[in-house]
Amino acid sequence: MVKKVISSAEAISEAVKLAKPDVIPVYPITPQTKISEKLAEYVANGELNAHYIKVESEHSAMSASIGASGTGVRVFTATSSQGLAYMHEVVYAAAGMRMPIVMANANRALSAPINIWNDQQDSIAERDAGWLQIYAETGQEALDTTLQAYKISENKDILLPTMVCIDGFILTHTVDVVEIPTQEQVDKFLPQYEPEHAFLDPKDPMSIGTLADTEYYMETRHDIEKAQQKALKVISDVDNEFKDQFGRGYGLIEEYKTEDAEIILVAMGSICGTIKDVIDTERSNGQKIGLLRVRVYRPLPIEAIKQALKTDAKIAILDKNVSFSIGGALYNEIKAIINNPTYGYIVGLGGRDITPEQIREIIEKTKNPTKDVEWIGLKE
Amino acid sequence: MDIDEKEYLAPGHRACAGCGATIGVRLALKALGENTVAVSATGCLEVVTTPYPETAWEIPWIHVAFENASAVASGVEEALKAQGKEDTNILVIGGDGGTTDIGMQSLSGAMERGQNIIYLCYDNEAYMNTGIQRSSSTPYGASTTTSPAGKNSFGETRHKKNMAMIMASHGIPYVATASISHPTDLMNKVKKAAETKGPAYIHLLQPCATGWGFKTSDTVKLGRLAVQSHLWVLYEIDHGEFKVTVKPAKKIPVTDYLNMQKRFKHLDDQHKANIQAYVDSQSKELGLTD
Repeated sequence: MVKKVISSAEAISEAVKLAKPDVIPVYPITPQTKISEKLAEYVANGELNAHYIKVESEHSAMSASIGASGTGVRVFTATSSQGLAYMHEVVYAAAGMRMPIVMANANRALSAPINIWNDQQDSIAERDAGWLQIYAETGQEALDTTLQAYKISENKDILLPTMVCIDGFILTHTVDVVEIPTQEQVDKFLPQYEPEHAFLDPKDPMSIGTLADTEYYMETRHDIEKAQQKALKVISDVDNEFKDQFGRGYGLIEEYKTEDAEIILVAMGSICGTIKDVIDTERSNGQKIGLLRVRVYRPLPIEAIKQALKTDAKIAILDKNVSFSIGGALYNEIKAIINNPTYGYIVGLGGRDITPEQIREIIEKTKNPTKDVEWIGLKE
Repeated sequence: MDIDEKEYLAPGHRACAGCGATIGVRLALKALGENTVAVSATGCLEVVTTPYPETAWEIPWIHVAFENASAVASGVEEALKAQGKEDTNILVIGGDGGTTDIGMQSLSGAMERGQNIIYLCYDNEAYMNTGIQRSSSTPYGASTTTSPAGKNSFGETRHKKNMAMIMASHGIPYVATASISHPTDLMNKVKKAAETKGPAYIHLLQPCATGWGFKTSDTVKLGRLAVQSHLWVLYEIDHGEFKVTVKPAKKIPVTDYLNMQKRFKHLDDQHKANIQAYVDSQSKELGLTD
């Protein structure tokens, strides 16, 4: 084990190197590019023995990932924003064809106007694709989650792809101390992928990606639903196993000083670091504020969230995405499963800075709410 | 020529009577044998051969979407290589829509990267699976549902895209045209493509009884007339060496081919003369006639 001061993009690349995928089809896009570059460098240096496919688009990156995964090997790809939107069609296909692909998404705003900076609209727009989605808060968590993702996706009861979401620039381009496990440790945690079916094998021919009409389509979708439900336990089990071996675990959700809180903020990703700082300050001023960080977004850990919010607290949900006319995704989903007074705040779109002052503004607004959904940080 | 008696595309699939695509694919697979993985683009072939839970494929087969067969095949190829299975043939099969229109980008990417795949375009000159809409491979004068003949229209106004030459411009080691009416020529080309290290592209003209409007027993005859009229020239470009592989003994008038098809029945003599002039110039350009 070594410690390095690296960005989350590099942390994910380190994890991928340790996971030893056989095929890596990628296409560069800001702010994901550092991951593609690092992996190319590892392959060029002989540090990673993978087939790196320099595809001509993100659509082809995901298509080649599906083709490779279809032969029963471990696959990695990465994307962001327009790239994820461009591969949308085959993002759905990857889940429908039950390919255990792991993809990092550097969260970035969607056009138009074109904007390279962080929000989470891109991956939220893919929430219904059938992928598992996990949002990391730190570089360490990004590395650890990437390793966990393979173990979760490749579980024979799951066989769904996982999207590891990291905030563009805020995580991808800022450095932090990251502990990098040894190859020996990772090999023990994540052995080589042994598929139950080597699908595209001339010795055992199978047809995959066939036409399924009205008679069969709905069952295949329901199978994904069943796997998503099972994934909650698998994600927890894998996280516990990881914690036993590496001393770090993250849970489906993270509760931060929620126990006696009168107001609980709910958010995903790197913004939770800022929120925790604000909470510490506010608590020293006698304000009972807490945070619920949703780490696993698909499957949504409904029971865990309900349990965590089983208080009289008012709930303030921060979304770096918006479904126009009705508020952010996290707000709508959580509001639907709890009975607390719940308010939604749209923040940080297109990289608009979210300051501690704005978090305090959200807390104040939640004390005396006037609207169900508010946009925070707009210019006057 | 020894022809493999084993069927890799099983009978009982749901293709239309007289389907030319399945004739071509059946022959191509016999040329390749069992150590082959097929990758299909969305289209007629995919739909008629794989209605779950049935499949006509006796070899491993994968389909993902319409425009990405070459990219899927790239992933398959690299993953098989990673497993030490370099000797497995990868046959990518797309219709003219999935190849010359929507699949052009991923195909160009795979060819440029030098993927070791065989791409077979089964060209029936329109989107037949969705009901005969015009593609960039639809020929001049053909009436389709999106280029219908009418008071102000004589059908498709453009000549078809010259896909084989576009592929040749990628500098790939093997490019060929083929027709289902010339099975030995087709199978020889598929074999050559398999022996070629690097990308190979075969453009197969495949008459479609449903879309072109002719008797279902005339599929092979239509292919033959296309070749005999020089409308469809059978050639290969092997490592840059151009060669016509089938030289018809006598060039027949293109009307012999056009007049058998409903899609051209509205054409007047001038339009037919335009097509003949186009064929004559192509025939000269490819060295079949002086």
